[in-house]
Amino acid sequence: MLVSLKWLSQYVDLQGLEPEVLAEKITRSGIEVEGVHHLSQGLKKLMVGQIKEIKKHPDSDHLNICQVDFGEEELSQIVCGAPNVAEGQKIVAVRPNGYVSGKKIKKGKLRGEVSNGMICSLQELGIEGKVVPKKYADGIYVLPDDTPIGMDAIEALGLDDVVLELGLTPNRSDAMSMLGVAYEVAAILSEDVKLPETSHKAATEKAEDVLKVRVEAPTINPMYTAKVVKNVKIAESPLWLQQRLMAAGVRPLNNVVDITNYILMEYGQPLHAFDYDALGTGEIVVRLAKEGEPMTTLDGQDRVLNAKNLVITNGKEPVAVAGVMGGLDSEVTEKTTTVVIESAYFDGLSVRYTAKDLGLRSEASARYEKGIDPNRIIPAAERAAQLLTELAGGEVLSGSVVFDELDKTPSKVIVSPDFVNARLGMKISLNEMVSILNRLKFDVETANGRLYIDAPTRRQDIKIEEDIVEEIARLYGYDEIPATVPVSEAKAGGLNSYQAKRRIVRHQLQGSGLYQALTYSLTSDELSQKYALETAPTTRLLMPMSEERSTLRQSILPHLIESVTYNVSRQQDSVALYEIGSVFLGKTEEGLPKEEEHLAAVMTGDWLNNAWQGEQKKVDFFVLKGILEALFAKLDLTDRVKYETAVVDGLHPGRTANIILDGTRIGFLGQLHPAQQKANGIKETYVMELNLEAVLAAPIDPLVYVPVPRFPSVSRDIALIVDRTTKAADIEAIIHKAGGKLLKDVHVFDLYEGEKMEKGKKSVAFTLTYFTPERTLTDDEVVAAHDKVVAALTESGAELR
Amino acid sequence: MAMIEQLTQLKKEVVAKVTAAENVKQLNEVRVAYLGKKGPITDLLKGMGKLPAEERPKMGALVNEVRAEVQQIHDVRKAELEEKAIQEQLEKEAIDVTLPGRSVNVGNAHPLTRVIEEIEDLFISMGYEVAEGPEVEKDYYNFEALNLPKGHPARDMQDTFYISEEILMRTHTSPVQARTMEKKQGASFKIICPGKVFRRDNDDATHSHQFTQIEGLVVGENIRMSDLKGTLDIFAKKMFGEDREIRLRPSFFPFTEPSVEMDISCFKCGGEGCNVCKHTGWIEILGAGMVHPNVLSMAGYDPKKVSGFAFGMGPERIAMLKYGVDDIRHFYTNDVRFLSQFHRIEE
Repeated sequence: MLVSLKWLSQYVDLQGLEPEVLAEKITRSGIEVEGVHHLSQGLKKLMVGQIKEIKKHPDSDHLNICQVDFGEEELSQIVCGAPNVAEGQKIVAVRPNGYVSGKKIKKGKLRGEVSNGMICSLQELGIEGKVVPKKYADGIYVLPDDTPIGMDAIEALGLDDVVLELGLTPNRSDAMSMLGVAYEVAAILSEDVKLPETSHKAATEKAEDVLKVRVEAPTINPMYTAKVVKNVKIAESPLWLQQRLMAAGVRPLNNVVDITNYILMEYGQPLHAFDYDALGTGEIVVRLAKEGEPMTTLDGQDRVLNAKNLVITNGKEPVAVAGVMGGLDSEVTEKTTTVVIESAYFDGLSVRYTAKDLGLRSEASARYEKGIDPNRIIPAAERAAQLLTELAGGEVLSGSVVFDELDKTPSKVIVSPDFVNARLGMKISLNEMVSILNRLKFDVETANGRLYIDAPTRRQDIKIEEDIVEEIARLYGYDEIPATVPVSEAKAGGLNSYQAKRRIVRHQLQGSGLYQALTYSLTSDELSQKYALETAPTTRLLMPMSEERSTLRQSILPHLIESVTYNVSRQQDSVALYEIGSVFLGKTEEGLPKEEEHLAAVMTGDWLNNAWQGEQKKVDFFVLKGILEALFAKLDLTDRVKYETAVVDGLHPGRTANIILDGTRIGFLGQLHPAQQKANGIKETYVMELNLEAVLAAPIDPLVYVPVPRFPSVSRDIALIVDRTTKAADIEAIIHKAGGKLLKDVHVFDLYEGEKMEKGKKSVAFTLTYFTPERTLTDDEVVAAHDKVVAALTESGAELR
Repeated sequence: MAMIEQLTQLKKEVVAKVTAAENVKQLNEVRVAYLGKKGPITDLLKGMGKLPAEERPKMGALVNEVRAEVQQIHDVRKAELEEKAIQEQLEKEAIDVTLPGRSVNVGNAHPLTRVIEEIEDLFISMGYEVAEGPEVEKDYYNFEALNLPKGHPARDMQDTFYISEEILMRTHTSPVQARTMEKKQGASFKIICPGKVFRRDNDDATHSHQFTQIEGLVVGENIRMSDLKGTLDIFAKKMFGEDREIRLRPSFFPFTEPSVEMDISCFKCGGEGCNVCKHTGWIEILGAGMVHPNVLSMAGYDPKKVSGFAFGMGPERIAMLKYGVDDIRHFYTNDVRFLSQFHRIEE
């Protein structure tokens, strides 16, 4: 909402108040002032002049040489390129060494001809192109003939004004009008509000005699009034009216339309003007549209209506979409002589639906949607009639044609001062509360120590006690509220077990060299299931903004891999990222997708790079696996997690493992398939994704101290030749089984698959550690245990090296 | 006397050789050659038997004296040579300590996690629990239960990704509040809810269709607006510095009444006016208010008996202000040159 302070001061006394000070007061008490615009900023030495003579510029086909009278002894020559320049026009010119848009205009020559300044368009004076009257949109502005020559043009154009830009929250629809803002400002300043004059002469002929109104949908149109004004002369509005509209961000059109827009801005009451003769039937019928009913709106668009759209008709076809936009056929034109002024109440939800449905948001619909003041419908129409008499020479027929079933009673709120103070944590007296409510022009009575309040109908947002609490608090001042803390039972806060473990997982991974990444939950349909640990029906947006962000992910990896590509293509060749986030699977009973928190990681490039020491190690499968093993060790899951050869779409078939927890597959790790690497423009890259919820749900044993060994252990190495496809884990299992109680630990210390090995074979060597906490083992005991291991291995087909 | 001469001669010879030895190994050879079991001194002692009995003690003492003398010279020389050997070894082992150390792989938390955890921990210390909820929500929890019935104009404040008429991507973390209230069944509680939220926005420097929020909610008997102010004051000082001041401005949210926006005095200029605060001295940080009675009653609380306050803020905005990040997209492109900047500690 743009509020001209000149205009506002018609209703409330603003004298002696700096605009910035007023703006701050308004912001601090409820409505944010987002901008204070001094319209004359960047303008200097602007004067009204009259073009006395025009000559074509000898060296240009579009420039003219104008002799302009500024009421000085001599005419002033100004070269002008505007197409609409003409002799006799009263124009605005910037004089030499004056400023427009903050730029200095000097005396100069244009293609050899002297130019003493510049004749200005409204845009050059800082007025937005979209509000400049169409007539002057592509040229200079022409002032009314009666504008005095030599006058300061800033004054003549009303640019000696300041406009406040209000950022309105949806509850304060009352401030979508100058009067509403006036009430707000009056409350802040403890001033009175002066209402506009609405009285006017009326003809003896009655409106009812020439127009019938019938409402067929009274629930969504509980009130409809129409006034009829004859003999209007369509013309340009007076300058003051155009100025106010432009300052409010509305483009002036002609006097009738401008008056309806002016009232819209002044009262917040949308009005519509129909050409009575174009209506053709002397009748207005408000009804729901028929399914598929066509009509052409004011903007020239052909619309197809549906049965939920409320329309104004002439008894036959629609002439307006109620509360949204008028129809082209009944538009006020230069030929119009009799107008019907509609002032009505349309249900906000219905207007909202229709405006959305037709993609037509207007100043009118915005106000209906949020709820207008039912008690301004009549005054607004009367005010329009008054202005039509005054500015368009109209004859107002007496009375209005009225349909009225609208409830106009104010909402009553009863509130006790104790309640207000308890909510605020303050001690405001009853008298202070009454005084604040009086400033707001709320009707308030006190009885039994309580406040009985009739909230004015312009304040549709005031309904309950809490609304009164807010009104009192905001005008009393939020700075006055003390700072306390809640008095409540002492209860320990904290993370739950899952949240606490998740933080540990994060810290562990970060300590392992991975950066935490964050990618989008929305992806393309194509990527939504790529690399997914588990797939289920996908969830898609109704109206995605792009295919790229249309579907909820079932795997984190595609976006993480994109992040790798992003980094690699910016010379960051070593990337190690992890992400914890939700994937969205199928649907639960609640109707929502099942959200499962996953952990994914990607690694590529160097794992170790100590260049000057000649050490370099690329990330490989076992680097990522080692990170995972450390994580599982941290979570006490080492003995319960197994890795099995796996085939996962998009991963290298020979370098992928499923991760099995307590017999259930909860994730995978592996190298991206070379084809995928190539498609993503990256080199050898390892990935993993886990169902984090499953991992963190696994119960954990209590941590109990195990005595530090007092006796030495004995180690024996064993090297085996086995088939290349034999799994180390399988050999370990055989060793463990055969080794018995004394065998404490087995681990691989060497692997050889080189040329010296027979084809299809490999050599694997293990260190076996024998130990018992009770005593030092004897040689015989170790030999006996070890022999059993060797026997079991030999039996399994392994050959001792 | 030939023996004495022989002895003197021998002593001279050994001393010369010991002095000439350049390292422990050479010295050892000398020691073995002269003082060893097969050395000339031992030979002399062995030859003692051929001497007349009365000369033996005297000669014996003399040989031992020479032997001890030689031994001592040898020992001194040995110590010298050992010291020299150590020095040589140390010199040889000297390194260039200015060469870089062996690098350790490190990662770190995402800057938004960093901000969120800091806020979580602050409120946990004040007795709050952390509550989370689904990113895909029912219209009911995202809007209706928060006093935003269908068709409410304030729904326009949040452009929504719908999945069906009843299901949507949550536009704020407030549905977690509604769900928590439902679950707590009338009990008082304090929660803080971080999470991802979604709005129909084109991604640019200041907009992101996905971003994060963190909200707080306190419900109980006798919760006052002054409690909200006091809580926010603690938050502002802890998060942005002890000398921060806060101010509340009236605002509107459908789920709170009264509603406020909180500004903090600019942490860069202290309120003088600078680029960060757009020369106002104040920075808008969060929205808050007293829980709307409709919200309480819809979740089964009696607004006559209990009240509450809620506040919500955007970690992106806080991170951008705090660290001077100029483009919100940085948080979602995962450039390691960006992420790795958030490794170090701050005061």
